[in-house]
This record gives sequence, C-alpha cells and structure tokens, in this order.
Amino acid sequence: MHRRGAGLGAIKNKTLAQAKYRDKGSEIAEDKFSQMTQQMEMFKTNLEDFARKHKDDIKKDPEFRLQFQDMCASIGVDPLASSKGFWAEMLGVGDFYYELAIQIVEVCIATSPKNGGLINIEELRDKVECARGRNSQSISIDDLLRAIKKLKILGSGFTVINMGSTSLVQSIPGEMSMDHTKILQQAQKNGFISLTDLTQNFKWEPERAARALEFMVKQGLAWVDDQDSSGRKYWFPSLCTNIGR
Amino acid sequence: MDRFEWSDGSLMNGEVHIDQQRGVGIYDGHDKTSFDYGMLSVTSHRIIWRDHRNRNSVISLPLLSVIYLEEQPSGFAKSAKIIVHLSAAPSNKSAGPSTYSAHSYIRLSFRESGEHDILRSLDEALQAKKWEQTSAPLSQTGTVIKDPFSARHRPGIVGIERSIQQKNTHTNKQISVAFEDLNKLIQQAKEMVSLTKSIATKIKEKQGDITENETRKFKSYLLSMGIPNPVTRETHGTGDKYYTELARQLSTVLTKPVEESGGMMTLTDVYCRVNRARGMELLSPEDLLHACELMEVLNLPIRLRTFDSGVLVLQSKSQDEEQVIAHTTNYVGENGNCTAEELAQCLGVSVLLAKERLLLTEKVGGVCRDETIEALRFFPNLFLTRPA
Repeated sequence: MHRRGAGLGAIKNKTLAQAKYRDKGSEIAEDKFSQMTQQMEMFKTNLEDFARKHKDDIKKDPEFRLQFQDMCASIGVDPLASSKGFWAEMLGVGDFYYELAIQIVEVCIATSPKNGGLINIEELRDKVECARGRNSQSISIDDLLRAIKKLKILGSGFTVINMGSTSLVQSIPGEMSMDHTKILQQAQKNGFISLTDLTQNFKWEPERAARALEFMVKQGLAWVDDQDSSGRKYWFPSLCTNIGR
Repeated sequence: MDRFEWSDGSLMNGEVHIDQQRGVGIYDGHDKTSFDYGMLSVTSHRIIWRDHRNRNSVISLPLLSVIYLEEQPSGFAKSAKIIVHLSAAPSNKSAGPSTYSAHSYIRLSFRESGEHDILRSLDEALQAKKWEQTSAPLSQTGTVIKDPFSARHRPGIVGIERSIQQKNTHTNKQISVAFEDLNKLIQQAKEMVSLTKSIATKIKEKQGDITENETRKFKSYLLSMGIPNPVTRETHGTGDKYYTELARQLSTVLTKPVEESGGMMTLTDVYCRVNRARGMELLSPEDLLHACELMEVLNLPIRLRTFDSGVLVLQSKSQDEEQVIAHTTNYVGENGNCTAEELAQCLGVSVLLAKERLLLTEKVGGVCRDETIEALRFFPNLFLTRPA
C-alpha cells in the first residue's frame, strides 16, 4: 500500500533529510577541528616544558635532537628556553643572554619587511616575550640591551639608537638598506620629497623616514629646504638637473 | 682488552646512540693502555671509544660480551672508574688493538667525571638487549593505530561519531604517554614528528595558517632547516680543526640563503639563522666570527667582509671585486655616465653599496669622476680606453 519516494511530501522530506545530513557533517568537521586545535595546544605545552626541563639530555642525542627540533618547527615552539639564573644575572654567563640575542635578531628580521629594520625597543620586548612562549620569565629592557651587547663582536650592523626616553634597535645597516633607493625613486618626479610624503605613501613610521632622510643629507645626496610654507623639503640636486632639461 | 675491535665509528643498522662522555681512558685490567683520553659513546649495541687527537683511532666493544658492571668511586688524585667484566672473546671477532689479554675485565676511567650518567645508560642498554632483536620489527606498541572498534561494523552517524571520538581519545592518550618522560618521547619521537606535522597541515588547510604572527612563522622556517650533525667542540676538538670544520659547515648551510638575500648578509643575521638551524647546540658570536674569518683562506664560496663603517657581512663570491669592477665599468660605458643613486636603482642595491662599487672601479681606473655641486657623477675612463 505504501509507496515511497513519490509526491510532494516525499520530496520535501528528502530535502529536509539532506539538509540535516549536511548540518551534521559540518558539525562533525567543526568538532574534529576544535579537537585538533586542542591537541596542538597539548603539544605546545608539552614541548615547551621538555625544552626547559631536558635541555641537556636532548642535546646529547643527535638523532632525537633533530626530531625534537622538527616537532618544534611544525608546531611553532621555541626550543630555546634557558632561564635567567643567578649567574646569568650577575656575570652574564650561561646561555640565557645568547639565546635571547638569537630571539631578538629573529624578531628584527621577521618584522623588517614592515619596519625597514627599525623597531622600538618596547615593541621588540613584547614580541620577544611572546615568541618565547608561556614559560618565559618577563624580559626587561635591560635584558635586551645586555643580550644585544653580546652581538657587538659581530660588527656594527646591529645597533641601539638612543632617542631620549626610549630607544630604537636598528638591524639593517646603511649598506644593506633599500630605503634610500626607494626614496630616490619616489623623489624622481619632482626632484624633492617631504617627510609626510614618505609616511603617507610608504606607510613608514616617522622615525624610519626621518632617519633615512637624515642619512641622505649626511651623505651629500639631499639638500634641506626650510623655506617652503608646507614644511621642510628635501631636494636631490642630482635629480633636479633632469627636470630642468 | 682483546675483546675490542677496530671501528669506523659509524652506527650499525638498528643501532641507536644513547649517551657520550669526553675525557675517558681505558685500562686493561689494572694496566694503563694507549687509549688514554677520548670520547666514550654508549649505543644500544656497543661501547665506542674515539681518540681525542687521532680521529682514526676508534675502537668498539660489543655489549654482548659484557657480563656485569661495577662502580669504583673516585679517590684522592684518582678518577672515578667503571669496571666492565667481560666474557671470553668470540672466535669470529674482527681485528682489534690487541690479540691477547691477561685480564677478563677493563676499566673505564672518567677524568672529566660523568660516570654516573654513563653507568646508568650502560645498565639500561644491557637490560634492553637491543642487539638480540637485530633490526627486526621495532616496537609494535605505538606504531599501529588500530581502532579496536573499527572491526565491528557500526553503521549510521552515531557510528561515525563514535569512531571519530575513539580516534581522538587515542591520539590524546598517545600524546600524553609520549610526553610522560624523556625516554618515552625519544622512543616515540618519529611518530610524534609525523603527528605534529599532520595536525599542523590539517589546521593549515582549514585556517590558512597556524598563526599570522610573522616571528613565529619565520622561526618555524628557520628551525625546519635543521643541521643534522652540527660541528661542536665535543666532536671536533678545540683549536684550528674545530674552526675549519665549522667554517666549512657554515658555508654549506649559508651559501644559498646569502645568495638569495642579494649576495650579502650581516653577521647578526647569520648568527640567528645558524643557531636556529643548530637547535640547542648554540654557537657563540666569538666562535662564529672566528670561523668566518677563515672562510677566505679555505677558498669557500662565501667570505667575511668588513665595511669601513664597521659593519660585518658574509658575501658570496659572485660579488667578487673583479666581477663587480667589470660589471660597473660596463654599465657606465653603456649609459655614458651615472651617479651612485642611478646605479643603485638600476642594480637594486643600496645607495651606499652602489657608491662603493663606483669608487672601487675608479680606483682601478675603470671610471673617472666629475665632482660637481649637484652630484658626484662618474664617466667612462677615456684616458685609458681611447687611443690618443
């Protein structure tokens, strides 16, 4: 008597069922995803603890060391987690400051596409602390300065610039900086440029723009013009000749 | 002493390195031997001893012939020792440093201590008897993730949900077991590595990226370029040999990245990258600098360069002076004249570097300068090239 699958009601039922299946499907996928994120967190905390507790043992076993590093790489955990002990504090010995130096340089390189290798020291501290993971002790500005001091022997490419109340850390020396070339490109049209041009067009921090312009004045590439009513302008004589002609 | 064999120091199939200690001497019974100061390694199958100075002098003792161990604590002016009692040498043993010994035991003397760790590792290795199971199937425990419920047929959504739940609990359990202590983690490291990778990629597929934090991304990238066997003072001794080997390793690892970043990289960048790749085996700035200084002598594809400003960089050989001069002379010749700014824009290098290139070329007579108030402009050196 009962025929299935015919009639308007049956079609309605079918679509309803399908919709329900779909909902259930995405619900399961959602669940699975959240569980995976949980497992990831589990890995993270475990790896961080291990890196801190078993550092020497991990170092001793070359094969395992590489595997441990592999795990850290896929999850994004920092394997360097020495704490600042008494001796590190007093004498600067131990791995703490050397590790910190690595983390500092890392943050500087990673952020340099955005800030041109110029970073405020407070921002640097926040980023380093965040990168060290949840086991990190709080890092003071003084710790950063001491760690950077360890890098002094590697040349003047990495310097702290005092700005009165705060400091900037410069990780890209003039020799490697492409900022000046960019400025020249931008100035080509008019033969001059102002600080606001740079902050607006390139979204540079004012400090970054100011330092680059100052550098070019010092190098004899740019001339300062304070007579303009709209603010200071920097002229590039080598570009002006092209415009005149 | 006659139980020892000569070795090349490499591990056999299925053999696992467990522990090592430097500054260990070997006594044949009570008598001193010429194997006086070296690196002692304990593996799952053997005891291996490497001479500190002569790297070709490596001897090994199969754990199979060890009967039992005895500890002899350190005394006045005496290092701590481990007495290793041995069974008779097997007849099919390969050649060793001595063919006859009056003693049935050797003593390991720990001049730089560390005897407790070694004793523990040795004990564990002896109990594990890994050499008996050859390289046959490794532990069956963790490798096969067989869902006990998958055998039973469970249709419907509830079944699917349940099996997912089961799998999930299993993975959770696996992770917490593996991280119970270090030894467990070492045993299951391989599975854990693949598990982390699969979780990371799955999350990536869903979310785009694990994190939008640029530092963390960069760190992952650097860490993933691990150096499998970093040169350390432990493996390569002190002095020149250490630095030469280090320089060579640095050059293999860095040549490509330096090339990619425009043929030049500051030493601070190098310090960060190298140490990340080495993982926990950190390199001090001093050692790094010293190794880099040797690169030129060793004729490696990258070398250290100091700018007048005191900036230190590693430079690839493609940035060689002669090539730079030839290239710059050419460029100025083709364009009729140029300033440092123009050269910088054209080559995509910094203004300072461009200027430096021009000055260098000028020094060898490739170009001439015209110094005016507007700019320092360089022209082809017609004094040399055009016949009078």
